[in-house]
Amino acid sequence: MVENVKALLRAHAGLEREVYLDIENSSIVPEEVVEAMLPYYDQHAYGNPTLTHKPGWEAFETIMESTQKISNFLGCRTLEEINLTPGETEANNLALIGTAFAMKDKGKKIVISEIEPISVLHVTDMLRKYGFATTKIPVDSEGIINLEKLRNAIDKETILVSVSAVNHEIGTIQPIHEALKIVKDKNPQTIFHTDASDSYAKIPLNVQELKIDLATISSYKILGPRGIGALYVREGVNVERILEGQIGTQKLWPGVENTPLIVGFAKASELAFQRFEENVDCMRRLRDELISGIIGKVSEAKLNGPKGEKRAPDNVNMSFLRCEGEALTIELSLKGVYVSSGSACTRRILQPSHVLVAIGRNYDEAHGSILMKVTRYHKDEDVKYVLEAIPKAVERIRGITGSTGVD
Amino acid sequence: MPLPYNPKVLELFRNPKNLGKMEDATVTAVAGNPLCGDMITFYLKINEQDIVEKATFESYGCAANIATSSIVTEMIKGMSLEDAWNISWKSVAEAVGGLPSIKFHCGILAVGALKRAIRKYHKNKNASPEWLKEELSFEEKQALEEEELAKMLARRMEKAGEQ
Repeated sequence: MVENVKALLRAHAGLEREVYLDIENSSIVPEEVVEAMLPYYDQHAYGNPTLTHKPGWEAFETIMESTQKISNFLGCRTLEEINLTPGETEANNLALIGTAFAMKDKGKKIVISEIEPISVLHVTDMLRKYGFATTKIPVDSEGIINLEKLRNAIDKETILVSVSAVNHEIGTIQPIHEALKIVKDKNPQTIFHTDASDSYAKIPLNVQELKIDLATISSYKILGPRGIGALYVREGVNVERILEGQIGTQKLWPGVENTPLIVGFAKASELAFQRFEENVDCMRRLRDELISGIIGKVSEAKLNGPKGEKRAPDNVNMSFLRCEGEALTIELSLKGVYVSSGSACTRRILQPSHVLVAIGRNYDEAHGSILMKVTRYHKDEDVKYVLEAIPKAVERIRGITGSTGVD
Repeated sequence: MPLPYNPKVLELFRNPKNLGKMEDATVTAVAGNPLCGDMITFYLKINEQDIVEKATFESYGCAANIATSSIVTEMIKGMSLEDAWNISWKSVAEAVGGLPSIKFHCGILAVGALKRAIRKYHKNKNASPEWLKEELSFEEKQALEEEELAKMLARRMEKAGEQ
């Protein structure tokens, strides 16, 4: 297997340029973030933060100060509202299972949107086995949740609602204030969770102003290291632990804290928020250049998700008819352009993206989709390079498709 | 699950052999469905001695789909239809240097399309050689199953659209 991968890698030799756009699935960690992390491996704060020695106290100080930064950016009241976890998946598991455990005597109903990330979908599937029923609220062709159906789905047994503030695949910015108000008007006891991994540092989001109960954030989606994320839990909201073990500084997640990753998460947050407007404007400009460039250069190309202000500043998701997505990702990779696809073939479960199906894309459109996310580190030359690579790649794959599947 | 395609699959993906529509094909057969993101068309030119003179393909699918379709067209060139009928999906998978388990269905679909083409050719000729069993082969059944699944998905989507 490794030999095959080595051969695949050799096939990429001599690339003129490389443009990494698959921030959805993992990110490049910028040098300035890595540099901030390095001293915490062997020079400072390498101890366990619960122990009574200098490196331990240093670790405690470092974790608290890093968490304080993150909590400020998110608009928390106290830093105790931030519960560090090993990532978005774990934070979503904690939010959903931890709330289900804490609220099981009040009701067994959970409400989510149809386009939640896999970690939310799979957790609710799992909870079904334990008597919790999940209602999925449909979305419109732009991915915006149907608020009327949300209202109708909430009753006195609804313990939890989970709706991402920004959709991870198509970048839809949800009317999360309205959704929250609808839910709380109907049942003030219902806990409202949002996976804010694609909102944090992308759109203005202040958990205190929003009066949200739970919010997931993730480090790698803001170009921090993988393996660290957090669940915001509003003061007074009860979430139970879902893992047991030695409790350190994090009351909802046992085990020894990974101080360098926490430092990296805080540093990435700082860099993203320092020039928030400027960063967002940069992403938005690159995003729109990619979208209009692709539509201008490739026939039968469609944008998935909303345009303009209703769309996350970094998200580009396009469908190409008669062009299977996995083949397209490989073709683009061989040209140094790294993207992911909503095709069944790349999703390991042989079903196309549930998000694209939910917004009414047909299966050909879903299989022929690619997802890209831009960052403030991308250059105009990167966009230019991508806009040269994509039309050629689509043309070649369409050449293989030929008349197959054309009625 | 990682997809460590081997060099043969990559080579056939980059430079597929026998790609394209054949205008003067003796028989054409399709398997799969674009709904599943997996569809193959074979064009076979068969001579009077029932030998495959030439085969080409078009494919809507992943790299494994393209590679297995392409290798089938290579394998059957110059073969009698009886020998071509006896090709199994496993030998196709071997011929491309092995497939990740999640891509076995690509090899199965390619052979399903081939067997369909052979069956169609005999049906058109009103011939029924002894080796051509009435009962569908494993690969034809699998192709049919995938197409049924696609129809089911399509119906489910229509229903979702009405809501």
